[in-house]
Amino acid sequence: MKNRIDICFEQLKAQGKKALVTFVTAGDPDLTLTEELVPEMFAHGSDIVEIGVPFSDPIAEGGTIQRASLRSLKNNTNLDQIFDMVSRIRDVTDKPILLMMYVNTLFRYGTERFFKKCRATQIDGVIIPDLPFEERDEVKEQADAEGIYTVYLAAPTSGERVRMIAEESKGFLYVVSSLGVTGTRKEISTDFDKLLAPLKECGHVPACIGFGISNGAQAKKMASYCDGCIIGSAIVNLVEQYDQDCIPYVSEFIQNVRTALDS
Amino acid sequence: MSKIGRFGEFGGQYVPETVMTAVHELEAAYDKYKDDAQFKEELKALYRDYANRPSMLYYAEKMTKDLGGAKVYIKREDLNHTGAHKINNVLGQLLLAKKMGKKRIIAETGAGQHGVATATVCALMGLECEVYMGSTDMKRQSLNVYRMNLLGAKVTGVDSGTATLKDAINEAFRDWCSNIDTTFYCIGSVMGPHPYPTMVRDFQKIISEEIREQLMEKEGRLPDAVIACVGGGSNAMGAFYDFIGEKDVRLIGAEAAGRGVDTNEHAATVAKGDMGIFHGMKSLFLQNEYGQIDEVYSISAGLDYPGIGPEHAYLHSTGRAEYLSITDEEAVQAFEYLSKTEGVIPAIESAHAVAAAMKIIPTMGKDKIVVINLSGRGDKDVYSIASYRGVKLNEE
Repeated sequence: MKNRIDICFEQLKAQGKKALVTFVTAGDPDLTLTEELVPEMFAHGSDIVEIGVPFSDPIAEGGTIQRASLRSLKNNTNLDQIFDMVSRIRDVTDKPILLMMYVNTLFRYGTERFFKKCRATQIDGVIIPDLPFEERDEVKEQADAEGIYTVYLAAPTSGERVRMIAEESKGFLYVVSSLGVTGTRKEISTDFDKLLAPLKECGHVPACIGFGISNGAQAKKMASYCDGCIIGSAIVNLVEQYDQDCIPYVSEFIQNVRTALDS
Repeated sequence: MSKIGRFGEFGGQYVPETVMTAVHELEAAYDKYKDDAQFKEELKALYRDYANRPSMLYYAEKMTKDLGGAKVYIKREDLNHTGAHKINNVLGQLLLAKKMGKKRIIAETGAGQHGVATATVCALMGLECEVYMGSTDMKRQSLNVYRMNLLGAKVTGVDSGTATLKDAINEAFRDWCSNIDTTFYCIGSVMGPHPYPTMVRDFQKIISEEIREQLMEKEGRLPDAVIACVGGGSNAMGAFYDFIGEKDVRLIGAEAAGRGVDTNEHAATVAKGDMGIFHGMKSLFLQNEYGQIDEVYSISAGLDYPGIGPEHAYLHSTGRAEYLSITDEEAVQAFEYLSKTEGVIPAIESAHAVAAAMKIIPTMGKDKIVVINLSGRGDKDVYSIASYRGVKLNEE
């Protein structure tokens, strides 16, 4: 079966549209809310949703997602519950869903068991911020065996590494917008034309820029350099602010970004 | 080592892509300078003239008689400048940072000894210094916080998680991700992504090289056992390394059992940990069944870490080194014992090694020789030991 992420980018390309990838931490403030929120994200314009698996020590995250992880872990959210939730979400949507998680969560679960479970619950891919290209063998064989995509990250410091990372990345390439951790930024000054130049030279996977994108205008600008944009902390901020009532706020935010992207 | 940066299956480079270039840059710089004659000469001069090396190897005669077993030698890393073994590593890393043209240094600290050593060498070398420290640790080690300020360093408190060493490391990593061009991350132990575990061990191995030389001079032979405390494990790796190939030398690490390994309040990674991937390395970690890193506890801020360096995990897996768990109570008793018996007040971290030695030495014959690596001095711990014993000191 073809991976949903590939289908998604093919359709977007045919329509001349950019991808909107959105993130939410599972279990923040609880899993019932996440289960309702994810389909609403798709309904209001997300093409792909990344579900964050909370981790006790998320070293690539800024304050917003650190706090979300903590709120989720206070409820004892765990990976088995997240798998169960995704299978229920699968009953109502056929859009691509990825897990964003730290490598220890996956390793401890058992790499083979983890990817089998991803396949069983119809998760399309994983993003592992603390698993760089050099350590890809940690997951490659088991992920490939189950047809689960591993999305790798490229950073402004990657230079010539971008090419080999892109060649390893499946579904899309996650381009980190600027130095530092996740969290909204006023300005992003990276030279994307230069950073992404190695991609243009080879037949490449789609690239989406993330880290620090907080509004429609920024999203449109970032997506202009590549195939789409990823928004995380700006959404998690709304979840933090409105708690159980956040769904309409997140939906409206996503709709506005969608409108800006399509304009 | 099976491949570069690995000790058996342990080690590796599990860090975000943003810092991979910096990790590679460090790896290349270290490869270039580690065998460079001038670099080695400069480091040797700093060890000798600034850090007060070689540290003394001292025959603890009263302790030997009292315990009635093996002959006890104490390697006095507590007599180094800044009062602990940490300076060995910091001098090496910051000399390398200078060669690499880095101007800003960040570090994490638990007990404060690595932070103080880093702040000290930054002052010496004219480098900007920021030290991340858990706010819980800042409270129990306030003297070291002020010491770092005196030395011109900025100490940034970390409130996330348990507000201890692991959280300080998380925050230092985040800083590094943000300031990769200008900043050198001076990791304080044999942990983190390759090349840190190897590089830090190399800067600490002088401890075991000196022990070998000094004991040959005094006794004409190698020790039967070397005992050191283990948090991340840098003083222990330093004390063990030169003896790893000497199969008759027992290598014994003492880790923190806090209120007991069967409680939830300990930091006994080898006794209770499982394999995992965290802080850039595959090693042993205290964690739950879903891989969430445990909150750990020890009376000693320097051993209060939920993991262990990958080379220790390897030495444990092959059986080459043994690891014992020492409770707070045992460590405090050893702290008091060494103070009264030898007139040496050990760091509470090092007191864990003394406690392990006190268990092992009586079981060994009088013809045997044990070396205890006394990694640091205990001045910083006097308040917390007094408080443990219910003695109220006038802090004003």
